[in-house]
Amino acid sequence: MSAPSDEQPPAAPARPNLAYWRANLVVIVIMMIIWAVVSFGCSVFFVEQLNAWHIGSLPVGFWFGHQGAMYVFVVLVFAYALIMDQLDKKYGVKE
Amino acid sequence: MIDFPPLLGFVELSSAVWTYIFVTITFFIYLYIGWKSRVKETSEFYVAGGGVPAIANGAATAADWMSAASFLSMTGLIAASGYDGTVYLLGWTGGYVLLALLLAPYLRKFGQYTVPDFVGKRYYSETARVVAALCAVFVSITYVAGQMRGVGLVFSHFLAVQVEVGVVIGMVIVAFFAVLGGMKGITWTQVAQFFILIAAFLIPSIALSKMLTGHYVPQIGFMTGDIHERVDALHAELGFEAYTKPFTNRSQLNVFLTMFALMTGTAGLPHVIVRFYTVANVRAARFSAGWALLFIALLYTAAPTMALFARYNLLSTLNGAKIVSIDEGENEDGEKTGTPIYHLAAVGEDGTETPIHWINSWQVTDLIVFNDKDGDGVISLQKDGDTFAEATIDKDILVLATPEVAGLPGWIVAIVATGGLAAALSTAAGLLLVISSSMAHDLYIHFVDPKASEAKRLLVGRIMILGAIVVAGYFGIIKPGFIGEVVAFAFGLAAASFFPIIFLGIFDRRTNREGAISGMITGIVFTGGYILACKANVILPFLFSEPLITPMFANWTEGGILPESIGAVGCMLNFVVTLVVSRLTPAPPEEIQQLVDNVRIPRGSHAPEAHFDETDAEADNP
Repeated sequence: MSAPSDEQPPAAPARPNLAYWRANLVVIVIMMIIWAVVSFGCSVFFVEQLNAWHIGSLPVGFWFGHQGAMYVFVVLVFAYALIMDQLDKKYGVKE
Repeated sequence: MIDFPPLLGFVELSSAVWTYIFVTITFFIYLYIGWKSRVKETSEFYVAGGGVPAIANGAATAADWMSAASFLSMTGLIAASGYDGTVYLLGWTGGYVLLALLLAPYLRKFGQYTVPDFVGKRYYSETARVVAALCAVFVSITYVAGQMRGVGLVFSHFLAVQVEVGVVIGMVIVAFFAVLGGMKGITWTQVAQFFILIAAFLIPSIALSKMLTGHYVPQIGFMTGDIHERVDALHAELGFEAYTKPFTNRSQLNVFLTMFALMTGTAGLPHVIVRFYTVANVRAARFSAGWALLFIALLYTAAPTMALFARYNLLSTLNGAKIVSIDEGENEDGEKTGTPIYHLAAVGEDGTETPIHWINSWQVTDLIVFNDKDGDGVISLQKDGDTFAEATIDKDILVLATPEVAGLPGWIVAIVATGGLAAALSTAAGLLLVISSSMAHDLYIHFVDPKASEAKRLLVGRIMILGAIVVAGYFGIIKPGFIGEVVAFAFGLAAASFFPIIFLGIFDRRTNREGAISGMITGIVFTGGYILACKANVILPFLFSEPLITPMFANWTEGGILPESIGAVGCMLNFVVTLVVSRLTPAPPEEIQQLVDNVRIPRGSHAPEAHFDETDAEADNP
């Protein structure tokens, strides 16, 4: 069998939903970047820098690690579900 | 301080009596729901007929997944490790983002019953399925072990027996609930358990928040109050690093790796993934993940506030408490019968003494031990190594003890105990279903008796549940770590075995059978081996007197790579091995590549294909 690589542009009829998949991947990549920034960024690698700022008297980095990042996670998951609703409709792959 | 009304006017009932009442009532509720939603059809056993609304499925997922580790243990671990407790908070919530974006919708479309089924079909290989089933069993047993400890602690406390006895009682109760009902029964029972556990956690958090910050919403009190400053000041006085300061208990690299392992582990947990087959279609799977995370976040954003409040209460109550009397724990002949029991009193500014009652019951079961080393008649909580100078306090009891420390009424104390049981039972039920199906449906058929009758498979499944409970009970008693740490090992194993091959199974058409099998084996052997070697003396105390290895790379990062962090390394190894081996061996067959394309679009999802399982037999023999 020939070995088709994953990213080689295939013949259009063989993979009709490639455009939908690409659009989905773009959404996923953007969301994963936000995810990584608030978790690994704000809460691990740059927490000490963020702690220079305060909400009231609470250090911002500490707030992100113990509260803030979780709120962002919830928003991300619902936002993804809503955006995908639109994409499903646009590309006609809705159930 | 808010005055909580005595419930029904029975103010004088003790917390133990309230606990009996609540535990009995909730057990009857679970039994009733389980009985009402008994399954009639085979497919319903496993996936509840695809008829569970997204929001209810979200609540059930939340209960399924929030275990004794989230409910009982995590707050105590955060309180003891300050900022670094973020690994649990973000690790266990951030994983849902991975699950919702990368796995859940596609697995729903794929339409298999279990993770080994997915692996077997996507990787067109019986061997791959068997390896996945073995991994699922390892992950699930480790996870159940943590739950046993949690159930044991609750029973130990309100029945005033040693934790070991509590674990044995817990084993019997878990075994009883685990053989009840199928997925539909479990789903609706778990919806009920979700409401019990979330109420049980939020009521004391709200009470504490009002008491310490003046604000009813703990998340707001946490942000606007000055309680973190008071805790930091107490820490400074006692010689601890500031509570809000990062990387005081584990190095930055370890915080990153543990968080990563818990995130990818969450997304790879077999009993959580199965949840997303319970909904009607791909769209519902996406929203269901959102609801689950929202419900989980209710508890997870309250936990760090509770940790901070509890830390403050504990330090301010016990440090400097006066020793009123000591029961030496000796009988009349001077023989030791137990550890000494200290009776303490808080001394007010005007010299008045208020007895501290809540510590007494914990001392009976040795979960709190005092030792007035310097003999000055006062308990000191000065930092001494990793702990306090004159007190040893089990981290897992903090949530159970906090309402008592804060002087909340007995019925609130009882609600918390009931919530802890709900958390442990709901998770154990889901995991034991995974163990029983993997053992009976995948492994037994493959290795022992390919022609086993339905009745025989049913029997094997039941025996395996009991076997798993005994193994888990053993670990609950020997305690290889605090509940949250043991559960973190389970997540590390899931991260190292399942996450990479499920992810690549959807996002990389070229990943093949050979890659997946070698990736899974590399990940789980490496991760399991490292944890075992680091913990050899605790896991198998009769064979080893000390750990086989100390955490490695200690010259890179302080303390080396912790056993809790190693799942992240195992996960990356799995990715590398799977990708490399896949590229060196033949591509998957054309129909598998088309299958992957098909999984990527929502249209045309169907109910999971019926297949035989040990649980089928139950529907035949009600």
